[in-house]
Amino acid sequence: MPAEARENPLSARMQLLTGAEAAAHAMRQINPDVVSVYPITPQTPIIQTFAKFVADGEVDTEIINVESEHSAMSAAVGAAQAGARTMTATASQGLALMIEIVYIAASMRLPIVMAVGNRALSGPINIHCDHADSMLARDSGMVQILTENAQEAYDFMVIAPRLAEHPEVMLPVLVGQDGFTITHSAEPVSLLPDEQVRRFVGDYRIPYPLLSGEVVTQGPFAMPDYYFEIKAQQVRAMQAAAQVFDDLSEAYEAYSGRRYQAVEGYRLDDADRALILMGSSAGTAKDVVDQLRAKGEKVGLAQVRLFRPFPAAASSSTVSASSPSPAFSL
Amino acid sequence: MTETTAEDQEYADGEDFIEGNPMANFLRMERMPHIWCPGCGIGTVVTSFAEAVKKSGIDMDKLAVVSGIGCTGRVAGYVNLDSFHTTHGRPIAFATGLKLANPELKVVVFSGDGDIMGIGGNHFIHAARRNMDLIVICVNNFTYGMTGGQVTPTTPKTANASTAPHGNFENAFSLPFLADACGANYVARWTSLHARRITGSIQEAFNKKGLSFIEVITPCTTLYARRNRLGDGLDALQYYHDKSEIKHGADTREVDIGFQDKIIMGKFVDRDNPSFLEAMNTQFSTVMGDDYQLYGKTECEGDCGE
Repeated sequence: MPAEARENPLSARMQLLTGAEAAAHAMRQINPDVVSVYPITPQTPIIQTFAKFVADGEVDTEIINVESEHSAMSAAVGAAQAGARTMTATASQGLALMIEIVYIAASMRLPIVMAVGNRALSGPINIHCDHADSMLARDSGMVQILTENAQEAYDFMVIAPRLAEHPEVMLPVLVGQDGFTITHSAEPVSLLPDEQVRRFVGDYRIPYPLLSGEVVTQGPFAMPDYYFEIKAQQVRAMQAAAQVFDDLSEAYEAYSGRRYQAVEGYRLDDADRALILMGSSAGTAKDVVDQLRAKGEKVGLAQVRLFRPFPAAASSSTVSASSPSPAFSL
Repeated sequence: MTETTAEDQEYADGEDFIEGNPMANFLRMERMPHIWCPGCGIGTVVTSFAEAVKKSGIDMDKLAVVSGIGCTGRVAGYVNLDSFHTTHGRPIAFATGLKLANPELKVVVFSGDGDIMGIGGNHFIHAARRNMDLIVICVNNFTYGMTGGQVTPTTPKTANASTAPHGNFENAFSLPFLADACGANYVARWTSLHARRITGSIQEAFNKKGLSFIEVITPCTTLYARRNRLGDGLDALQYYHDKSEIKHGADTREVDIGFQDKIIMGKFVDRDNPSFLEAMNTQFSTVMGDDYQLYGKTECEGDCGE
C-alpha cells in the first residue's frame, strides 16, 4: 500500500467535484488515446470538462465531436480496433442510439470504457434519472457498474480500463452515475495522485490490432456455428469479469483505501426486511436504514454495484444469509 | 374626471394582455413564459411563422408542426397546433410518415441546426432528394444550445464552442447549398432580424409542392455569442444588419458563412420539380394504368393559394 494512502486516504486530495467532473478527472489521469462523443443531458458536463483538459494540453487525447451517438460508438469501435485506449460518454436516448454498436463492440471484444449519466428513456421526454438506459443495454455484452456517489463514479472510471482490458475480459465497460443526482451534485471527492492512477491503469496493448501489418478482416459474417462459438466466448468473458472485478477492487484498495464489492450488505445482520438498490438511492437508503435501526426496526440494505455480470450468487448469499425470509430469495 | 372606456376597463381587468395578445390564438399561452433566453432568435422565427399562418389563411386544423430535440425543439410544445416533439434528429422522418398518412396536412418541421443537420442530417438529405412534401424551417444558431454550446456541423470555422475551446477547425455545412444539391424545390435563408422576410418565405413555401427549406440565422446569446465574445442579442442584430446582403437567386455554392463574416440571404431556389407524391403517382400510373388510384392531394387548395 502506498505510504500516502495508508496515512490518510481521504485527506489532502479532497476536492469539491460533481460526479461528472470527477469522471472527467479520472479520464484526464488515464489519458485515453481517443474519446468520441456527442452531447446529451446529463452526460454533457463529463465530456465538456474533459474537453477543457484536452484544450489545456493536460492530456494528449484525440477528441472526436461526432454528429450522433451512433457515430460516437462507431468511431470508438474504429479507434479501439486500431489499438487505441478508447472512451466515450452518453445517457438515455444516446445510449439507446448506441446500442446497435455496443453489441458490435462487445462481440468484437473491444475494451471501450463508457461513462453514463443514467437518465430515463423517452417518452415522455424526461431528463432525470432512472436506470432504463442501463437496463436497455443489459444484454448487449457490456460490463456495467452503477455507482452510488461522485467518489464511486471517479473510482470506477479509474478501475474500468483495467477491467475492460483484462485479457480474460476484453469487453466494453459502462460506468453509470445517476443523472443530476450524481452528475450535477458537488461532493467532496478524493482523487488519487496522477502518477498513481497511471501506475494502476498501466499501458494498454490490444492483442489483435487491425493495423498490425498482418492483413485481417474484422467483423465479417459468421454462420450459426461460428456465431455460437463467439457468443460462448463472450459468455465466458462476462463470467470472468465478476472475478476480475473483485481482484481489481482489492488492488485498488491498496491505492485508495476504499474497497468495493459487487454486491454489498449494509446492516443486514438479523434484518427481517431489506431493500435491494443500485445507484444513488442506495446512499439515501443507508441513512434511512440507520434511522429505522435507531428506532429498533430490523432493516437493512443490499447494494448492487455490478449490474452486469449480475452477481447472482453473491446477492443471494448476501441477502439470504441474513434472513430466512422468502422475500429475499433471488 | 375622465370617462372610463370599455377598453380601459379591459386593461384594468388584465384582459388586454390575455385576450389582446396577437399570438394568443397561435400559442399555448398557459405554457408561457417560454424557456428561451433573452436575446435568443427562436421567438422571432415563431412569430414570423404565426404571421405567415395568419396571412395565408391556412386552416390550423390542417397544419402540423414537428420538432426534434433542442432549444428550437420546444416550438412543438408552444404552438397551439397539432404537433409532435420527436426524438433527437428524427423530426423529418416522423414528419414524412405524418405527411404520407395524411397528405391533406401541411406538415412543417421546425427544429435547430444540431437536430436537423447534425444527428438528423441523413434524414434531411434524403427528404430533399425525395422532394418530400414538407416545409423544413431550420433555426441555425451555430451551436447545441440546450446541452451547453457544443460545436455543431454549422459552427463556422475558428468559432469557439465548449467542445472546441481553441476554435472549430472542421468545415461547416452551407445549408442552402446542401438543400439545393439534394433537390429541394424551394430554398431561402434569412436572419432573425428579417422577420417579415421570414414570414414571406414561409407563405411562399405553403404554396410549394416538394420540399421547402428555410434557414434562419439566429443568435445564441447565452452560449455561442458569450463564448465568442460577440455581445448580446442586440449586437447580433447589428451584425445581421451590417453584414447581410440580399441576393435572390444567388449561386448556393457561394453562400457559406465564415465566422462573423458576410451573410448572403434571399430566395436562392424556387423550382417545380415533381414532389414525392407527384413522382409516385406518375410512376405508378404509368406502370399500372387505370388500376392505380392516385394517392394524396397534389394540387393546392384555394385557401392556401395566392
